[in-house]
Amino acid sequence: MGEFTMADTDQSNRPLSPHLTIYRPQLTSVSSILIRITGNALIFCVFLIIWWLFAAATSEQYFIFADAILTSWFGELVLLCSLWAIWYHFLGGVRHLIWDRAIGLDLKTAEIFGWIVVIGSFLLTILTVILL
Amino acid sequence: MVQLRLPKNSRVLTGKTWPKPKGATNIRKFKVYRWSPDDNENPRVDTYFVDVDTCGPMILDALIKIKSEIDPTLTFRRSCREGICGSCAMNIDGINTLACIYGLDEIKGDINIYPLPHMPVIKDLIPDLTNFYAQHASIMPWLETKTNRPSEEWKQSIEDRKKLDGLYECVMCASCSTSCPSYWWNSDRYLGPAALLHAYRWIIDSRDQATDERLKDLDDPFKLYRCHTIMNCAKTCPKGLNPALAIAEVKKLMVEKAN
Repeated sequence: MGEFTMADTDQSNRPLSPHLTIYRPQLTSVSSILIRITGNALIFCVFLIIWWLFAAATSEQYFIFADAILTSWFGELVLLCSLWAIWYHFLGGVRHLIWDRAIGLDLKTAEIFGWIVVIGSFLLTILTVILL
Repeated sequence: MVQLRLPKNSRVLTGKTWPKPKGATNIRKFKVYRWSPDDNENPRVDTYFVDVDTCGPMILDALIKIKSEIDPTLTFRRSCREGICGSCAMNIDGINTLACIYGLDEIKGDINIYPLPHMPVIKDLIPDLTNFYAQHASIMPWLETKTNRPSEEWKQSIEDRKKLDGLYECVMCASCSTSCPSYWWNSDRYLGPAALLHAYRWIIDSRDQATDERLKDLDDPFKLYRCHTIMNCAKTCPKGLNPALAIAEVKKLMVEKAN
């Protein structure tokens, strides 16, 4: 019987291959991560609105201060973005509800859903601004 | 765990630029990930120039040409050269695919080649697939039966056999699993699209008698439910299969079973 030497299995110095930086963004992956981003951003928006109500319940002066910030151009921009985020998150959620029934998961339909969510969120935002 | 940055020893440096072939008129630029366990250095990206006029049409042809004519140390797996063995899976032009069935003409400009993403590298374009294979083995990729063996064979109707189409063709190249961000962050506990597609292949096999056990085993917050329908798997599969759909079907069966 000859000597049998195992292959070198020392894995300590093995590098991890690149991932995020080299993988090409896909419509489906980008529209997926945006659901998480909008969801987290909306938590911030909710705090902002609670703060607004809190200010109203505290004193007139404090409300005037908070209201001035929220109705400034920057405040309005944040709220407009939040409005888009709500629509995006909502449409993304509907897409997941459909997918949970194992419907629309073929690549073509999935990508159409992606565009519907992206374009739809902007259209609904514009519509909401016009109607309100 | 989500770790967006590569560990220190994995950050990629600029490598060597190899000389252009002489007298060639139709040259393409290849940027290839290199790492050797023999020196204590970080990975790097080497640049090669290939004369396309004297090269076969596929990415694998170009890699073989580089290995035989420019740099014999370039290391990669390959075998069948026709998309059936799954050996030459790698990240080409930003997506995971098989080098042997991906054409040079499908890419404009420089051709970037990396190993499958977020995997430990053994050398150059060769990732360590030990964990990936262990996950496949864990879903019991065989026919489980309890009743006595029939005198002839385990029979299956044509309709039931059709349910395996789009599943049995998987060649276990790992393109899908290593394209999945969920798998990148949780490959220690999430089984990943390839293993789950195989799990579904046995779950819906009309001859298999361990369906309940199979579903029970997958009923886990990580093993199955780390799939967030990102769909990179279906988008990248070089065989045109749809692991995302298979996973959705498994999730649906879980709900049906619970009711």
